[in-house]
Amino acid sequence: MADILLRGGRVIDPARNFDATVDVLLRDGKVAGVDADLPAPTGKDAQVIDVHGKWVVPGLIDLHTHLREPGQEYKENIETGTAAAAAGGFTAVCAMPNTVPPNDNRAITELMVRRAREVGAVRVYPIGCITQGQKGENLSEMGELQEAGCVAVSDDGKSVMNSEVMRRALEYARGFGLLVIQHAEDCNLSANGPAHEGPVSTRIGLRSQPAAAESAMVARDLELVALTGARYHVAHVSCAETVRLVREAKRRGLPVTCEVTPHHLTLTDEACAGYDTSTRVNPPLRSDKDVLAVREALADGTIDAVATDHAPHSSVEKDVEFEQAACGLIGLETALALCLGLVHANLISPMALFERMSTAPARILGLVGGTLAPGSVADVTVVDPQATWICDPSRFRSRSRNSPFAGRSMRGRAMLTIVAGHIAFAEEKLVG
Amino acid sequence: MKGPHAFAQKHLLGVEHLSVEELTTILDLGERFLEIAERPIKKVPTLRGKTVINLFLEPSTRTRTSFEIAAKRLSADGINFTASASATTKGETLIDTAMNLDAMSPDIVVIRHAQAGSAELLTKHIRAAVVNAGDGQHEHPTQALLDASTIRAHKGKIEGLTVTICGDIDHSRVARSDIFALRKLGAKVRVAGPRSLLPLGVESLGVEAFDRIEPALEGADVVIMLRIQLERKAGGRFPNTREYARYFGLNPRRLNLAKPDAIVMHPGPMNRGVEIDPSVADGPRSVILDQVARGVAVRMAVLYLLGGGSEAVE
Repeated sequence: MADILLRGGRVIDPARNFDATVDVLLRDGKVAGVDADLPAPTGKDAQVIDVHGKWVVPGLIDLHTHLREPGQEYKENIETGTAAAAAGGFTAVCAMPNTVPPNDNRAITELMVRRAREVGAVRVYPIGCITQGQKGENLSEMGELQEAGCVAVSDDGKSVMNSEVMRRALEYARGFGLLVIQHAEDCNLSANGPAHEGPVSTRIGLRSQPAAAESAMVARDLELVALTGARYHVAHVSCAETVRLVREAKRRGLPVTCEVTPHHLTLTDEACAGYDTSTRVNPPLRSDKDVLAVREALADGTIDAVATDHAPHSSVEKDVEFEQAACGLIGLETALALCLGLVHANLISPMALFERMSTAPARILGLVGGTLAPGSVADVTVVDPQATWICDPSRFRSRSRNSPFAGRSMRGRAMLTIVAGHIAFAEEKLVG
Repeated sequence: MKGPHAFAQKHLLGVEHLSVEELTTILDLGERFLEIAERPIKKVPTLRGKTVINLFLEPSTRTRTSFEIAAKRLSADGINFTASASATTKGETLIDTAMNLDAMSPDIVVIRHAQAGSAELLTKHIRAAVVNAGDGQHEHPTQALLDASTIRAHKGKIEGLTVTICGDIDHSRVARSDIFALRKLGAKVRVAGPRSLLPLGVESLGVEAFDRIEPALEGADVVIMLRIQLERKAGGRFPNTREYARYFGLNPRRLNLAKPDAIVMHPGPMNRGVEIDPSVADGPRSVILDQVARGVAVRMAVLYLLGGGSEAVE
């Protein structure tokens, strides 16, 4: 493996609160040096890449990705999904278990791990099911799932509705040190409502679900966390009420973490007014009050991480009536630019943003990376914070095109993504 | 009937985005078309050679028949395409249906569909003018137009009136379109019903909301009763129809709270004995059948404006 010297970039390493213009040397899959004026490596094929004016950050880690393999490869597969991740600046993704069949046993996990080794552009960490078949009834084989490579459990897409099952899941997972990630939704209260309940849904006539469908489930779960002492993570927090509950729980000292998606940080339910099915997502896009609340919570650390909830769907699922459309949108190739928009608007510092997009996800799941400290793995993203571009999903690496950001002007993007010292993605003009 | 009309829309998807001038244009034109129903030969050649497809993907008798008669009286060729007979029951998507219809070059497509936004979706895949005849809980613009037409005819104006809409507001596309239309035309609109059938944030539409109907009826000029939409799962929102009728039904005693000359309307189909007492439905203040008559005229006006009708009516 050839050495890479990243020359002259602004190195931002939240794990060490380090922010300085220095060189970074990558050697043997590790960060070998972070210092001013490092000598150019001399080995065969060694590269010196000029990154003046760019930001060098620990590789982004996505806690919440749907890779769709096995079972729905027409939407995405591990090869295209990880290529999209690399192009978006991610060096690792956590693959949600709602594959077909669901990842509730080691055979599926092993398949995903093997495919990722064969064709994956970035690291892939499978997440196993909490319950068999995501049915919310019987616990999945969490011990074997972990042995096969799962780093957490979740029934994502479905909430564990039964309180007794959730309690036992938290207790059982705790014994294995597995994080339980909840898609928090009281399904009776939400009743598959495709929009957020409020003035916009009233005006445009879409069936809707109240924010309380999410926060009521989080409130229940937090009581179960207090009962069991298990580590608990709320997926895709979307509303002010959930933010308040998590803030209070952290103050109580409960072992709770949570994430927010770039789309819940940047779009309100007004985006649904044209019935564009790429805005149909669950939890639904919320009110402006909720968007302000999740932005504030991301900045102050109440929300620990940004996660994409990258959810590829084909035209078969999306070129239909709004209420019939599948939930979800693709996010890997727009997440960084959308979040940099918050930096450009002075809503969050670069240091805090990359903490939320890399250091915190690594810490929450105990993964390698999340830092550029010498000796750590050479998972690095080089960001051009000023590059302007127009979002054109037809040019994405993802196999799907369901983005509500099509046509939007973006500012900032990944120009180089390095995984374990290998270049996983590079802007064409950058590396010869 | 000549001259330019203040109507620049290609489609009629809803009332929300219509101007007061456009609403008035349709109402005025509808008034003139009303007379055609009284003629021995109920037909004018205005839309001769134009093709109007009624794409009804949700059950409807009244609205479909009304549009069909409207098209025929304008001499358009009307074709009905209903859910039970259609490819949609064989799994065809709405977009494919739209593209297939487009290949047959219709001039106007009238769509009724169970889901909000379906009429708008249709416009993206078809060259014809699209008329929304009801999309889910969203809008039903021609119903609002015929309601406005009825109110204007009986009250001489709309501005300054108090209109109370009672019942299943949450599931009602009629309520939404009525609110948009009547507010634009200067009426004060109240909505009333059990709180479990009022949408959250309904006040943001510029209406006053009441969870009992008595105070909403006090001093009203117009009372519009809505049907409980059991097919949209309204059943879980209140105990049963017996209790509903007892507390939220319009009976003569409650109607007396309204102004002495108040009129009673209902978009139909009525559930007699549930939201409306038969003596009120058939009583002297009921203008329900006049609504139906005006529905044809207003729909003629809409088809005329969207179909590019230009020949004289006389």
